[in-house]
Amino acid sequence: MEPMIRLDAVSKHYPARKGSAAVTALSETSLDIARGEIFGVIGRSGAGKSTLIRLINLLERPSSGRVVVGGIDLTGLDNSKLRAARRQIGMIFQHFNLLSSRTVFDNVALPLELAGLSRKDIRSKVTPLLELVGLADKAGRYPAELSGGQKQRVGIARALATEPKVLLCDEATSALDPETTRSILGLLRDINEKLSITIVVITHEMQVIKEICDRVAVIDAGAVVELASVEQVFTRPKTEVTRSLLAVVSGDELPAPLSARLTREPVSGSAVLRLRFTGDDAEAPVIARLSRSHGIDASILHGQVDAIRNASFGTLVIAVPVSGDALAAVIRYLENQNVVVEPLGYLAADLRAAS
Amino acid sequence: MSLLSHLGISPQISGLLVEATLQTLQMTAVAGLLGTLFGLPLGVLLATSGRGELLQCVSFNRVAGLIVNATRSTPFIILVVAIIPFTRLVAGTSIGTAAAIVPLTIAAVPFIARIVETAIREVDQGLVEAAKAMGATPLQIIRKVLVPEAMPGIVAGLTLAIVSLIGYSAMVGAVGGGGLGDLGIRYGYQRFMPEVMALVVLVLIVLVQAVQTAGDRVARRVNKRLRDA
Repeated sequence: MEPMIRLDAVSKHYPARKGSAAVTALSETSLDIARGEIFGVIGRSGAGKSTLIRLINLLERPSSGRVVVGGIDLTGLDNSKLRAARRQIGMIFQHFNLLSSRTVFDNVALPLELAGLSRKDIRSKVTPLLELVGLADKAGRYPAELSGGQKQRVGIARALATEPKVLLCDEATSALDPETTRSILGLLRDINEKLSITIVVITHEMQVIKEICDRVAVIDAGAVVELASVEQVFTRPKTEVTRSLLAVVSGDELPAPLSARLTREPVSGSAVLRLRFTGDDAEAPVIARLSRSHGIDASILHGQVDAIRNASFGTLVIAVPVSGDALAAVIRYLENQNVVVEPLGYLAADLRAAS
Repeated sequence: MSLLSHLGISPQISGLLVEATLQTLQMTAVAGLLGTLFGLPLGVLLATSGRGELLQCVSFNRVAGLIVNATRSTPFIILVVAIIPFTRLVAGTSIGTAAAIVPLTIAAVPFIARIVETAIREVDQGLVEAAKAMGATPLQIIRKVLVPEAMPGIVAGLTLAIVSLIGYSAMVGAVGGGGLGDLGIRYGYQRFMPEVMALVVLVLIVLVQAVQTAGDRVARRVNKRLRDA
């Protein structure tokens, strides 16, 4: 099936200006986003993700390449056709970008007014949208009277007003607290299911990707460095960038006292391994089996088990008092159990005993 | 007028005072109205014609900016005399209240234009981006987003402009424009009638106070940003 969004060798350069050198915000990127999927783009700030999402509705014009949304090559359209095409692409923002001078109702009505609908048609569309986002009782309020989460709900209703096929979310939850973030993400998933709308989420928070995305692209220095299903990225990250982005949510970050004691050189004592489990294996008693089969007392230093959609996954940092061939055998055994093993370093014996 | 006669003001002077007040009001109101009529669109254009902006037209932006600055840097009293030929062309005369409205308007337009420009530039660019993403045309963005969102600033600025016009209107007495300033100079100063001067100042204070209060009230009403929930 034809993808909903296709970026075809798209790049974006900003020419040098007074006091700043030329910047390549995005270099030759090709990307297909399927109909009805929730696609995530994650990266550190300045990685180019903001540019990427603005290229999809041509708020930024690509320096080269094509942007095709719903089968229409946006890069080939004149201004007035582009404006019409943009009505098929809703967008929500980190800072909501609601008009302070308009009520909730009139904010949601704005895109319909712009499209030239009659007052009556507008009313018949806005009211159900406000019900969808749970703000029917706030229709007459002004944005200044709403909480952040409510403002984003207005933003979502407004973005959906023209019945778009695509919804772009630009750091839509970054200004919200964790609880509100969860409720907004829940709403986005509902919308995705109810209206079978394709959603593109830009974020710097892995938590957001984990909660709602089907696939994710990791972007660094203006290029996509990793693109896979969320499960795969979480359990088998391929690049250093992905690992460091994951560290925050997946318990990859070792507690400071522990990482301070780790040495790179082998010392007499224990080897420290990080184990990643996925799917059913996450619930298998791997450590207990290891102890039984190899006669090793593995101690658990740190760990976390979590779930993505329906698949659970976990990370465990363990210390095993073996080295050399015995250590290699342990690693081989674990890998046969479908566990991804990553040696982290060594802990000196006396310190282990002291801890 | 009984209050004024109690204060020892002759009916003749009180008549002049009423007439002068009406003239000041007329000059200020008409110049304010015309100034807004021309200044508002000019301000919008100044704010949106720069490089990379909605209605990019850099040469217009430069020229308009230059003219606005030139007008604003000319002392008002010099502007009044300098444009006498133009005033005569427009008003048919260079003397009187109607004639005074011409230089007042010419001074008000760039002043109001800059105020409108500043207010529009303060509108969050995110709103413009959101409107673009909705498929808005540049004109729609101006009408539906920029001007309404800048309204609190525009109203506050217009209040300031009208207060300034009340002050300026006192100067057009120099070309026989009439009004309170003229009355104050001719009777209060030249005829040594300090009580007339005091009255003129008093009326001006009341006028400015009234304009400011009304302006503040309107500004508060159009500002939906700081409402108590």
